[in-house]
Amino acid sequence: MTRGRFLFVLGCIAGLVGIAEALRSPDVPAAVVAASMLATTLRFATPLTLGALAGLFCERSGVANIAIEGMMLAAAFGAFIVGALTKSLAAGIVAGMVVGALMALLHAWLSVTLRVDQIVSGTVINIMAAGVTGFLSTEVVRRQAISGAGLLPAWRVPGLSEVPVIGPLFQQQPIAWVTLALVVVAHLVLFRTAWGLRVRAVGELPRAAHAAGVSVARTRYAAVMVGGAIAGIGGGYFTLEAVPVFEPMMTNGRGFIALAALIFGGWTPAGAWVASLLFAAANALHINAQQFGIPVPAQVVGMFPYVLTIVILAGAIGRVTPPAAIGQPYVRD
Amino acid sequence: MSATDPAGAGGGGPWLLEARHLTKRYGAVIANRDVSFGVRPGEIVALLGENGAGKSTLVNVLYGMTAPDGGTLLVDGQPVRLRSPRDALARGIGMVHQHFMLVPPFTVAENVALGHEPSRHGAIDLATVEGRVVALAARFGMEVDPHAVIRDLSVGQQQRVEIIKALDRGARVLILDEPTAVLTPQETEGLFHVLRGLAAGGTSVVFISHKLGEVLDIADRIVVMRRGEVVGEVSPADATPESLAAMMVGREVLLRVEKAPATPGEAMVVLRDVQVAGDRGGRAVDGVTFEVRAGEIVGIAGVQGNGQTELVEAIAGLRPVAGGSLWLCGVEAQRLGVRARAALGLAHVPEDRQRHGLVLPFSVADNLVLNRYHLAPLAIRGVRQARAILDLARNLVARFDIRPPIAEVPVQALSGGNKQKVIVARELSHDVRVLVAAQPTRGVDVGSIEFIHRSLVAARDAGAAVLVVSAELDELMSLADRVLVMFRGRVVGEVAGSEATREGIGLLMAGGGRQLGDVET
Amino acid sequence: MAPARPGIALRLDAALVPVLAIATALVAGGAILWAAGPQLEGPWLGLQFVAVAYLSLLEGAVGSRDAVIDTVLRAVPYAFSGLAVMLAFRGGLFNIGAEGQLTIGALFAAWAGFGLDLPAVIHLPVVLATGCLAGAVWGGVAGLLKARTGAHEVITTIMLNYIASQLAAYLLNGPLRDRSPLNVIAQTPKIAEGARLPDLVPGMHAGVLLVVAVAVVTWFVVWRTTTGFELRMVGANPDGAAYAGVGVVRRMTWALGASGLLAGLAGAVQVAGVNYRSTLGFNVGYGFDSIAIALLGRNTVSGVLLSSVLFAALRTGATKLQFRTQVSADIISVIQALVLLLVAAEQIVRWLYRLQAARAVAPAGDDEGREVAPVTIGSAETARTSK
Repeated sequence: MTRGRFLFVLGCIAGLVGIAEALRSPDVPAAVVAASMLATTLRFATPLTLGALAGLFCERSGVANIAIEGMMLAAAFGAFIVGALTKSLAAGIVAGMVVGALMALLHAWLSVTLRVDQIVSGTVINIMAAGVTGFLSTEVVRRQAISGAGLLPAWRVPGLSEVPVIGPLFQQQPIAWVTLALVVVAHLVLFRTAWGLRVRAVGELPRAAHAAGVSVARTRYAAVMVGGAIAGIGGGYFTLEAVPVFEPMMTNGRGFIALAALIFGGWTPAGAWVASLLFAAANALHINAQQFGIPVPAQVVGMFPYVLTIVILAGAIGRVTPPAAIGQPYVRD
Repeated sequence: MSATDPAGAGGGGPWLLEARHLTKRYGAVIANRDVSFGVRPGEIVALLGENGAGKSTLVNVLYGMTAPDGGTLLVDGQPVRLRSPRDALARGIGMVHQHFMLVPPFTVAENVALGHEPSRHGAIDLATVEGRVVALAARFGMEVDPHAVIRDLSVGQQQRVEIIKALDRGARVLILDEPTAVLTPQETEGLFHVLRGLAAGGTSVVFISHKLGEVLDIADRIVVMRRGEVVGEVSPADATPESLAAMMVGREVLLRVEKAPATPGEAMVVLRDVQVAGDRGGRAVDGVTFEVRAGEIVGIAGVQGNGQTELVEAIAGLRPVAGGSLWLCGVEAQRLGVRARAALGLAHVPEDRQRHGLVLPFSVADNLVLNRYHLAPLAIRGVRQARAILDLARNLVARFDIRPPIAEVPVQALSGGNKQKVIVARELSHDVRVLVAAQPTRGVDVGSIEFIHRSLVAARDAGAAVLVVSAELDELMSLADRVLVMFRGRVVGEVAGSEATREGIGLLMAGGGRQLGDVET
Repeated sequence: MAPARPGIALRLDAALVPVLAIATALVAGGAILWAAGPQLEGPWLGLQFVAVAYLSLLEGAVGSRDAVIDTVLRAVPYAFSGLAVMLAFRGGLFNIGAEGQLTIGALFAAWAGFGLDLPAVIHLPVVLATGCLAGAVWGGVAGLLKARTGAHEVITTIMLNYIASQLAAYLLNGPLRDRSPLNVIAQTPKIAEGARLPDLVPGMHAGVLLVVAVAVVTWFVVWRTTTGFELRMVGANPDGAAYAGVGVVRRMTWALGASGLLAGLAGAVQVAGVNYRSTLGFNVGYGFDSIAIALLGRNTVSGVLLSSVLFAALRTGATKLQFRTQVSADIISVIQALVLLLVAAEQIVRWLYRLQAARAVAPAGDDEGREVAPVTIGSAETARTSK
């Protein structure tokens, strides 16, 4: 992500906090609103960042992924149901990752092996995830009155989490912390390991990777499935960290916004994270507006992340170059 | 067939790499039919043949990129199965492809490392690779910076990276597919120097080309292919360009196009200091000035990537003219759209026929009216007239001998030569005052080449101004009345077609001439 | 003209994969029904249960006059929005935003219906035109962005869906809300009598005729006009279209605009013919369904019409299925997803039924397909894992 973009994001976040401050009722202290805005931003950025990282591995290998939404939705359900049945949140997370990876396996099979148009494949997965989870949630969850295993407890940074005002920033739940670590790990894997080099090569010029003895199909399968597993953690966020229930369509477009964050972040982990923060801040204003009784119509504020996505995709803040081979199936003779 | 003796009895020791009775089909097309071929240690073998003769298929099989349908491969006399390039590389077979296999945003070292990356503590160890690149480059007298990013390198430099990449994988056989197509004559000399050094050190070289002179210059042995088969093998000492050409095409070729002297009329294409932006910014065309007159063919020579593509697209209206002025048929045209230029009488045979010239899933008929579908009688008040379209299409199919002669088949079912005929038929079927043809015979069979050349000359004789851009010097020298040479976005020289020599044009292509653009402005 | 017989063979072959995909998905759906149903002893009772389920689906869809009318009425918006997605597809664009365009179309049609005071003769046309226009703008924005800036239409149309639903929530709770004291939900007042579609037969509005007319016009535009030729050219090869002098930017904008127009018309017809008002959330699900319909219909007009009737029948019959078997009506979404999967990846179907990939000459293909159909029943049964 370029410096200009980074400053743009910081400016936007500051602006959003500013709006919250300007409109807050006078009996709420400014610092409380600011801290709440930042803490919710960080929290809301979690599924977006995970979704973007999921897309990152997939798209860097040359496979377009508009199925992040479906992968996260299916994983949210898997995490919920396994967590509920085993009464183990850890098992829930693992189940989420497995479900995410399996959805990704389907995407890889369709788009790499069968060479179905990758956008069509992604749409199929999204529709499938919506249909199957909707059916299962009424059939299994509601009928058998399954209740969730609760929520992951917050991990507090000793000391810092006690500091007034900024304390909430340092009381995040595990997936939020894991997400921050994953941003770093993803960067190292992609840019500092042999596998990362192969993934990027396969996404830029698969012929070249093939000619150098790299299996394009295997590399793409692996990258797409790693992405799916990360999307699975993102799914876990919805049912194990945000709320202890599963609702049909509960991902509510976060997977698509994550994709926009990935694009805006220039297909880099750090960029994707920063862009996710921006979208999360827009969402945070929505929530904080309600919490602090800020008098703006909820729906108008609610549109903000979506409008922002369009503005950003339209290249209003400059363009970035996608992986060159994205969307193209690799055909060897 | 008889000239090749795959058993190795032809003298000169055992085969290092050998193919026996290879066959490869693509659908109904047989790309390789019962091909036997071998190379000995330290030998430079040239594989000679026209476009489409099956050379690339053969070497792709040798490199494990393509699975053959029949036949065997042997390395050091042992049968092997190459399922992928990885298998080939493991057995010491390396390849420099016609279209380079280098990842543009990666560095030289990253490209060399790809596929056999050394790692330390899980992290990729590029320093080791960089060291090896420097050592190999020094040993064979090449200059390569391991930290350079590929997309910043010239084509010649990229080719050196490809060679180093193969050598770094321990290649004992180095296959080069049309390595000189993108090089100036001077760069070609440099490449030959490297190849001779490699051969002297014991590396075998398979050199693919359709250029007779080069093959005679570099090869120890020449194997000729035609229509998917090996048709002969000769030693350079026993061969002449004429004898090789005859083997290559199976009959005497018209080395020169028969045409009367040009009778140039008024200037139909006028460029004054034209500038055009490239895809990645910068000026691909940097101040070009010339004219094409009615009744003459002007050729543009130059190494690929020196602005010819952008120049043609700018004249055709597919790319904006960033500076200077362009006149077509006496009208200032740089702001006109594609359609307005066509209305002036501009016809355009595009360089990339799959991308620009045709809509592959559409029928031959629809492609024959691709840019005139909206005109009467093909459409009346916005409604297409199937009858009129089909009548026109059938007429053109017959006149231009397009095969199969069915206007309803999708154009993607046609061979390269017939696809090109569809384009030429479409562009020449109406009143042409200016014809711009880019690489009009690339990848086209000999019969179609002759036909296309005759069509271009006929257009000239009918009074059109013809501009031909080609990478084939021979084509330009025989076809054009004047040849302009482009280098780095400028016209650096002009030669009359009758006086053109390969050496003279080659020197200009390498930037060794005075700059006409400067003189005239 | 082209020889007639190969044309028919081609069309039969083109229909073969969707038909087999539906059959396969129904078999797989049967396996899921079995698994989701009550514990039954032995395969015989299980098969009976599945048969009862599907028979009640059929009965619910076409078993009575009311059921048929329900199915037809449900097929109307599906057909419009399926044609919308098809039109964009033909131009190489993926309109995932039919739902948003439909929402906006319904919203503005409703506004025109209750907010304007016009004579009856022109009120209905104005209502429909307003819906079309609103949908066209909503789709055209995405087209313009794609053509001018390269912003991928898949994401922008999805974002426009969310924006549309927020906008609807705002307007239906605010400026356009029905202020009558009895109203407790987010909806507009009822539209004027003169703005409503008349009944064709009792209980079924004349929008059905409109669907047929619009389908014919769409077919004519796509296949018989220069505009349609340009659209298909842009869809098949944008570079080739630019070379041929087509204004690619204009044509892309037009494609998504026209697509949005059809989706907007779907919303307007729902308002003018069925609900007589716009209600928050009444149109959830149309976006995905219309994509499935377009893909299942292979992006042909006749295919889209048939698919929309099929999907409407499935949705209409699902209520009865749920009532009889106690299995959630959402099973239909699963079956639809399977159909879509099998149509998108037709290699799976071709592999299951050992069909030739080549489709140039296979007049016997249809018969062959029917003969081997039992094979899948077996293979889908073995694939059943959910029990």
